[in-house]
Amino acid sequence: MDTFALLAHGLVGALQPTNLLYALIGVTLGTAVGVLPGIGPALTVALLLPVTYQFDPTASLIMFAGIYYGGMYGGSTTSILLNTPGESASIVTALEGNKMARKGRGGPALATAAIGSFVAGLIATLGLAFISPWMVKFALSLGPADYFALMVLAFVTVSAAFGDSALRGLTALVLGLTLGLVGIDLQTGQARLAFGLPDLLDGIEVTTLAVALFAVGEALKIAASPSEADERIEPVKGSVWMNREDWARSWKPWLRGTLIGFPIGAMPAGGAEIGTFLSYSAEKALTRHPEEFGHGAIEGVAGPEAANNASAAGTLVPLLTLGLPTSATAAIMLAGFQQFGLQPGPLLFATNATLVWSLIASLLVANLMLVVLNLPLVGVWVRLLAIPKPWLYAGILTFATLGTIGANPSPFELGMLLLLGLLGYGLRRYGYPIAPVVVGLILGPLAEQQLRRALAISQGDASVLVHSPVAIVLYLIAAVAVLLPVWLRLRGRGKVLSQMAADED
Amino acid sequence: MTTSPDGGQGPGQDPGQGPGRRRPDVAALVIAVLLAVLAAVVFLETRAMPVAAAYARVGPANAPYLISAFLAVLAVGHVVAAFLHGLPEREADRPGPMLWIVGGLVLQMLLLRPAGFSIATGLLFAFTAKGFGKGPLWFTVPLGIVVSLVIWLIFAGLLKLSLPAGPLEHLFL
Repeated sequence: MDTFALLAHGLVGALQPTNLLYALIGVTLGTAVGVLPGIGPALTVALLLPVTYQFDPTASLIMFAGIYYGGMYGGSTTSILLNTPGESASIVTALEGNKMARKGRGGPALATAAIGSFVAGLIATLGLAFISPWMVKFALSLGPADYFALMVLAFVTVSAAFGDSALRGLTALVLGLTLGLVGIDLQTGQARLAFGLPDLLDGIEVTTLAVALFAVGEALKIAASPSEADERIEPVKGSVWMNREDWARSWKPWLRGTLIGFPIGAMPAGGAEIGTFLSYSAEKALTRHPEEFGHGAIEGVAGPEAANNASAAGTLVPLLTLGLPTSATAAIMLAGFQQFGLQPGPLLFATNATLVWSLIASLLVANLMLVVLNLPLVGVWVRLLAIPKPWLYAGILTFATLGTIGANPSPFELGMLLLLGLLGYGLRRYGYPIAPVVVGLILGPLAEQQLRRALAISQGDASVLVHSPVAIVLYLIAAVAVLLPVWLRLRGRGKVLSQMAADED
Repeated sequence: MTTSPDGGQGPGQDPGQGPGRRRPDVAALVIAVLLAVLAAVVFLETRAMPVAAAYARVGPANAPYLISAFLAVLAVGHVVAAFLHGLPEREADRPGPMLWIVGGLVLQMLLLRPAGFSIATGLLFAFTAKGFGKGPLWFTVPLGIVVSLVIWLIFAGLLKLSLPAGPLEHLFL
């Protein structure tokens, strides 16, 4: 088996002391930001972009992936103990998990979340390893027009398919695309939308946009909000270990969650949230204890948490093999690759095989670290939840502006941060999703590149875009992704969709 | 972004939020105008670009025109939405806390070069805490400056991140 050899080779790379250290830093940071409300993996990776500029690419990317995975674990802790999801993929976990914690069963809830995440992460990482070579073969057969269609599909699913309004999702996306236009056109050297400002020639910094939308916008919204949420941290009473019945009721939801979450993450559609909702519904339908649902059913924690982590691993399939980010965190990781002059996609598997396979193998290592970090050490993370809001947000803004200044140490950049931060506040206030803006900024220029390549080959004949069957199928799926939710909303089923709103990560 | 961001309408002034409202949602109309302005800016800026010999009829102007058109369509969409159902219900946000945070960011921007990273960021720290109701400033400002200085020493000193140094930083390096 070729894949086994590659994976084993990657494992050797991942187990090098430096890479192990970076993986550990990544998962620790990731767990911390996953636990803390107001800061998530997308923002954290963006903040680290300027810091890691001079680091080794493999080690940095391993750290980024660790942050992504760690965020998924950490988010569940907050959901269960505080009923305020630390990140959006953990919303469902709060439904049953917090009820369990209130009944004094917080320990087993945390345990089933952590072990379920581990099982799912392990299986999904193996899935990633085995599917990737096939995806690479498929990707190599695609032309520029097909790639463009694929990106259109990603744009549509990230912005319009979920959330409660296609209009607002698409507006967020197009704002991101507009921001992506700013700066020098790579092919011709033509400055676009720079308004004669030299600082704008390099385009909008990814770090600045992420900090503005996630940190500044969020801080403004939380500070301005008149409603004080009732936040009570449930203490972890008793053992964190699960009893025999907990195990018996957990293992099937773990596996089902993985089976649901991984394919959803692996499709060029958006986010880890969707899988968690589907898994929750599946467990609710299949359970032998329907009376416990809504009052702390362990299946309702085990399944969605597994789905959540499996989706996170799945998201790496389109990111690594196609260069297609389908969540805000994946988009910023793509910017991380670009920072090192690497372009994820089928060619990366040929030109940087060691890096890719070390990265994939490091996910196995990261999962193991995370179980250790999250089960015995859960008490440490719980303390993070007790940080008072003023200090928390003062600290977040301090570090957030640190990242912006690190990317470009000029007052101009801080001015951009302020402007885009106010935009972020406005988006939040009026219910626009954030992730499409980030995906638009990063994926937009790549989509334009493919579009122009396709049109250059056809000498400007736009019909080339729909010449290949692959492209036609992709456009059809994209059309369904826009129209189906509209139809569902018209039939009064919009509630489900708005719950699935891909908000942050 | 050239237009003022969406928050421009100002918090706490959202009309038409009562039950059974019939009037159009003003916020959605304002956003529609902003989107239309943005569409126009993108269009005009792109048209003003010096045109190189149009090689194969595809160039740097295609995508901006396309996006400008999208923005215009979305502006129309917002007008329609304003009359149909409006934007989701929202709380009347308090401007006070926001002004503290925005003030902190403005101060940081103005003081970054003259006063250095630690003083500028320390003020942002203190003002943000104030926005969340934690004072007094005579305590939080020095605290913020010390925290920022420690961060500066770690990130600029050890990790070689280029963070502007001022009088305070020069005492150390």
